[in-house]
Amino acid sequence: MLIFLLRRLVQACFVMIIISVISFAIQDKLGDPVQQMVSMAVSSDEREQLREQLGLNDSFLNQYWRFAKGAIQGDLGTSYHYKEPALDVILKKLPATLELVFCAILLIIIVATPCGVLAAIKPKHPVSRLLMIISSIGLSVPIFIIAIFMVYLFSVEWNIAPSFGRGETTEILGLWDSGIFTKDGLSHLLLPSLSLAIALMPIFVRLIRAEMMDVLQSEYIRFAWSKGLSAKRIYFIHALKNTMLPVITVGGIQAGTLVAYTILTETIFQWPGMGFLFMDAVSRVDTPLVAAYLIVVGGMFVITNTVVDLIYGLVNPTVRLASHGL
Amino acid sequence: MKIKVIIACYLVLILCNKVSATTLEIALNADPVSLDPHEQLSEGTLQFSHFTFDPLLRWEKSGQFEARLATKWQRLDAHTMRFFLRKDVTFHSGNPFSAKDVIYTINRLKTSPDFRAMFNSIASASIVDKYTVDVHATSPNPLLLNIMAYVFPMDQAFYQGRDEIIKYGKTFASQNVSGTGPFVYISRELGSRMELKRNPNYWDTNSPGNVNKIILTPIRTDSTRLAALFSGDVDFIFPISPIDIERTKRTSGIHLVTIPSTRILLLHMNQNRRQEFKDVKVRKAINLAIDQSLIVEKILKGHATPAGQLSADRFLGHVHDLEPEYDLRKAQDLMKQAGYEKGFRISMMAPNNRYMNDEKVAQAVAAMLARINITVDLKTLPKAQYFQEFDNHAADIMMLGWQSDTMDSNNLFEFIVACPNNKTGLGAYNASEYCRPSLDDNIHQANREMDQEKRIILLQQIEQTLYEDAAVVPLYWQSLSWAAKNKVKIQDIVNDQNYPYLGDLFIDE
Repeated sequence: MLIFLLRRLVQACFVMIIISVISFAIQDKLGDPVQQMVSMAVSSDEREQLREQLGLNDSFLNQYWRFAKGAIQGDLGTSYHYKEPALDVILKKLPATLELVFCAILLIIIVATPCGVLAAIKPKHPVSRLLMIISSIGLSVPIFIIAIFMVYLFSVEWNIAPSFGRGETTEILGLWDSGIFTKDGLSHLLLPSLSLAIALMPIFVRLIRAEMMDVLQSEYIRFAWSKGLSAKRIYFIHALKNTMLPVITVGGIQAGTLVAYTILTETIFQWPGMGFLFMDAVSRVDTPLVAAYLIVVGGMFVITNTVVDLIYGLVNPTVRLASHGL
Repeated sequence: MKIKVIIACYLVLILCNKVSATTLEIALNADPVSLDPHEQLSEGTLQFSHFTFDPLLRWEKSGQFEARLATKWQRLDAHTMRFFLRKDVTFHSGNPFSAKDVIYTINRLKTSPDFRAMFNSIASASIVDKYTVDVHATSPNPLLLNIMAYVFPMDQAFYQGRDEIIKYGKTFASQNVSGTGPFVYISRELGSRMELKRNPNYWDTNSPGNVNKIILTPIRTDSTRLAALFSGDVDFIFPISPIDIERTKRTSGIHLVTIPSTRILLLHMNQNRRQEFKDVKVRKAINLAIDQSLIVEKILKGHATPAGQLSADRFLGHVHDLEPEYDLRKAQDLMKQAGYEKGFRISMMAPNNRYMNDEKVAQAVAAMLARINITVDLKTLPKAQYFQEFDNHAADIMMLGWQSDTMDSNNLFEFIVACPNNKTGLGAYNASEYCRPSLDDNIHQANREMDQEKRIILLQQIEQTLYEDAAVVPLYWQSLSWAAKNKVKIQDIVNDQNYPYLGDLFIDE
């Protein structure tokens, strides 16, 4: 077990190093950060001076070495625009993104579970068929179209929810700037979390339906029927429980997709989270911030995957065998 | 039971909401990079300067200067100008405003990397008495007032000793403000929100302005910004994308204000990269083949003024007779005469997120040039990458937009068409690499000519020469559009430099 753990950790470190090299290497391709800092009228000599001060004229290896030395000590560079350590800037925006993702996941669970179950129990029912059609459409329409459409309907035409921003926030324990404890904050959460949820809901409806149908064929369900248990108990206690296992696994993988979708959703709704920050940093050529974001998100992926692998190792010992493990 | 208590607590929290006071919520496409007015010479910074600071004098819509912290001014000689200052002004910090603050600010401007270029022409400023300042130019300077419009006096007692300007680091001045302006800085979450409140001790008691609080949100996406206005989440937005203009006009409860600006868009034809562009006939043919009016009408939906020269209407160098010309037949003839009837292949670059619809305009230009058999390989790039390429003169035709900082033609000429010179910085954006020494002489002369009539002649001569040489292809002057709720009276406070004077903004209650 210990060897397996070590091996996974070495692997994770290796992946992180590759991510850091890549995120550092693409910096050059984003454009010239100095150009963004000065007005058009500033002479090329002055620009050159600034470039020199920022260390942008050093060789790639030198720059990377400086960056890596800092990164090991937890310093991912200083954002040009925010003038603060890039990691701090990102962590400050983390609550907004996490709340958005949390609400989206909540919505997915609340909506997708009953829909999926219904579609599995009564596959021929018109409502189930309608659900399947809607989920196909949902899978194929890009999220930004749905989001823009929702803004048009809910905020411009019907005036139900605000169209952008996070609204009023309250500070929890001095650490967490939260929007879910005010009415204003909640109303601001509505559209972004809904459009984020809609992006992933169809997959889950379909997944739950397929898994549920599978489970309903199994022996123990037939046994439960013959035992004379109530339909409610069979569907929602016995069958659903076993359905959820693979769903949660896929859900874990999809969490990564969710992070990618937050970039889009946050940009459309001007949601002050990490995704929005990233887009802003790219257009400002705030290269330290871009690199830090990629490393933080990459790190999040690596950690979740490693944890998932470790849990698998506990649950299913065969994974620990060399032939399966690496 | 526990759950019920939690839910009850939660509901109580939600219902304990404050109701906001009378405020102006404004959404712009960018916010100032820093609170330090001297860190970056950009639209965002100057807008912010007008909110929290006051200039000595500012532009009126008519093109005249309006006295602000200077009550009047007087030219002593060709080099010197005397400014008489307002006496009853205090800074946000409570410190009184006097001549020493003006001197301090001018000296600081002379050290700012972004403003230095403009303020190099000012040798020094000296105190005459507590409320009088003399400004000395290095040479006779007809544009002294235009430059002094950039002086927003800063609170010397508040800033001094901790006033360094660093572009990539946190400084005192980038986090703290003490100006004399109509609004006092409260707080800011960079990139998402800035709050300002009315200065209770503002000197301008005649101002009709009644805004008590400003919440400024930068919204980059055009559709989000517009939706925010339509849904009533914000009161005032800038800019409006051309395709949304009709819809905004139709929407009830919202009004739109459009003003032609002086920002010129043009194309550079690089004469050192292409032998063909050395021939004036080819350059003329390109000018004739591009239909500025069609571009403005179809792509910008009338949201610009077609240009046949660089200087906009209100600039001294504007020559009334130089209209944009379009004559395809003549263009083809000229190509034939130049020996390029069969045309040639060139490269072109343009930004795709810098100017309004820049990518589409570039595509239209490429299509128009195809009609005189010039095949264009067009590449469009995000602005962050484009200007790197521009500095390298990486394509045969390159697009450029330019706003004259001094609101004078000569600034355009100096940067765009003067012979490129690394030492003096002239022609820094001359990607045509066009060079006519006699033109440079005129530019130098216009810089020191104190007689307005003679100066106009000089500037118009330059414009005329540029036309005859077909040195560049002027396209259009972009227009500016703002939209606001009907109760927000923006008509009188917006201007062609896009510095809304929010201090004077009146909102119907």
